[in-house]
Amino acid sequence: MQLFFEQLTNGLAVGGIYALIALGYTMVYGVLKLINFAHGDLFTIGAYLGLTLLVSMGLTSHLGPLAGILVLTIMVMGLVAVIGALLERVAYRPLRTSPRLSAVVSALGASIFFQNAIMLIYGARFRVYPHDILPVTSITLFGVQIPVMRILLFTASIVMMAGLYFFVQRTRTGTAIRAAAIDQGAAKLMGIDVNRVIMYVFLIGPALGGAAGMMVGLYYGQINFTMGWVYGLKAFTAAILGGIGNIPGAMLGGLLLGVIEALGATYISLAWKDAISFLVLILILIFRPTGILGERVADKV
Amino acid sequence: MSNQPLLRLADLTKSFGGVMAVNRVSFDVDSGSIVGLIGPNGAGKTTVFNLITGNYRPDKGEILFDGQSIATMRTHRIVSLGIARTFQTIRLFPNMSALENVLAGCHCRMRSGVIGSMLRLPWQKREERQALETAVAELSFVGLRQQLDQVARNLSYGNQRLLEIARALATRPRFLILDEPAGGMNDYETQVLVDLILQIRDRGITVLLIEHDMNLVMKICDNLVVLEYGILIAQGTPEEIRTDQRVIDAYLGAPDADGDEDF
Repeated sequence: MQLFFEQLTNGLAVGGIYALIALGYTMVYGVLKLINFAHGDLFTIGAYLGLTLLVSMGLTSHLGPLAGILVLTIMVMGLVAVIGALLERVAYRPLRTSPRLSAVVSALGASIFFQNAIMLIYGARFRVYPHDILPVTSITLFGVQIPVMRILLFTASIVMMAGLYFFVQRTRTGTAIRAAAIDQGAAKLMGIDVNRVIMYVFLIGPALGGAAGMMVGLYYGQINFTMGWVYGLKAFTAAILGGIGNIPGAMLGGLLLGVIEALGATYISLAWKDAISFLVLILILIFRPTGILGERVADKV
Repeated sequence: MSNQPLLRLADLTKSFGGVMAVNRVSFDVDSGSIVGLIGPNGAGKTTVFNLITGNYRPDKGEILFDGQSIATMRTHRIVSLGIARTFQTIRLFPNMSALENVLAGCHCRMRSGVIGSMLRLPWQKREERQALETAVAELSFVGLRQQLDQVARNLSYGNQRLLEIARALATRPRFLILDEPAGGMNDYETQVLVDLILQIRDRGITVLLIEHDMNLVMKICDNLVVLEYGILIAQGTPEEIRTDQRVIDAYLGAPDADGDEDF
């Protein structure tokens, strides 16, 4: 039972990361009906930028661990958001009226570009995050040892998701994003600048993805230029699991996938961890292609 | 400048492939009037609407709104100048409540940006409260005050049409374009609609509408414009149009039995 709870908390922490990345996929899909295949690489960029800023600026030694990481997170999110908006400008906007396949090819091209650019800048080896930033302590809750890091990670992802949900549901810009996702033509006639909405989506999604990249670096300690591929696929699975285009769906799908994966790795086989995730993807595509919270995808696609 | 028309179309032309959807159409819409755009299916009426609201770019010709050219302007800019429209096939945001739909219409009159709305600044809250008041007022105006919280797709067909009008009015237009507002409405609902359109005119909003219900058109329009195959074949008061031989041949004499609209 202790093992179960330990893996459950682990799954929730990892699932929070999946959810943050999945939000980027699902928001872009919601507005543009495009799978942004370069999103996983924006996640990787977040991880590397986090490392660079952490090491070069010594934020944590000046400000203390928590405040330092908070500032670091904001900086990484801002930078990756700008890269995301540039990506949209350069790779997707010129193809807005082209067949959707062109945009997909452009997305794959952007992904390859980013991956190679990271490799050329940082090298092909694993890079290691300094592991003395946060105290490696655990607290005991109901007889289960939970690393502080795990709790921080989970809390951070929940806070970001709650912020996003509030933003999308309750603010004027959020309403504009939802309106544009439902019917771009009608949204324009409400005076909504759809190009600007798309830009916001490409700022928010990559910001969350970049934060997730940095969190993976802090949690696992090492990063690699190809890590965005696997995480991207997992998060994409999570987005489908929850219902692509659906924001709460991506959050739920991410957390669920993290838990399924952690428990599957524990009770079935560690080696089959990734296979279990993708089995989930296959099953959901066969039995409920709209995802858990998705509805009527058929008339959206 | 009181003689200047609110909207002027000059030599407007738009073709799709080899089809001349709109061919050198010119007409004026005077401020404060109700103008009907009629003609058989496929005559190019909806294309004219799409040109005015910036969904299409004209191949040739000019569209002047209040003296300003809007032919190449993007849709959301045109809306902020004061033109609003409804659609022939209802295009509400189906999963949002009636109130949220109308609030979306208030969007273009609001100023606060992303940061302001996240921080809940005081003037930003005031703006949101004003938007809410506007939205409720417009819902009451079209008679949907009671349905405020209902999800749009659960409303009756007639009420969805009214909601579209409320949403369009929330953008605070000077000029309202209605694409077959009475389509699919029963006699009672149509009567309510007629009263509503007259009230909209009395608020000082100029109305341009496409409608196949000739009773409605003849009753409320000050002027009519008749299109056939993209060409303007007649314009004038309802009495003039009713007796115009070309219009009778093209349209009135052979009323089509309610069908699909051109696009």
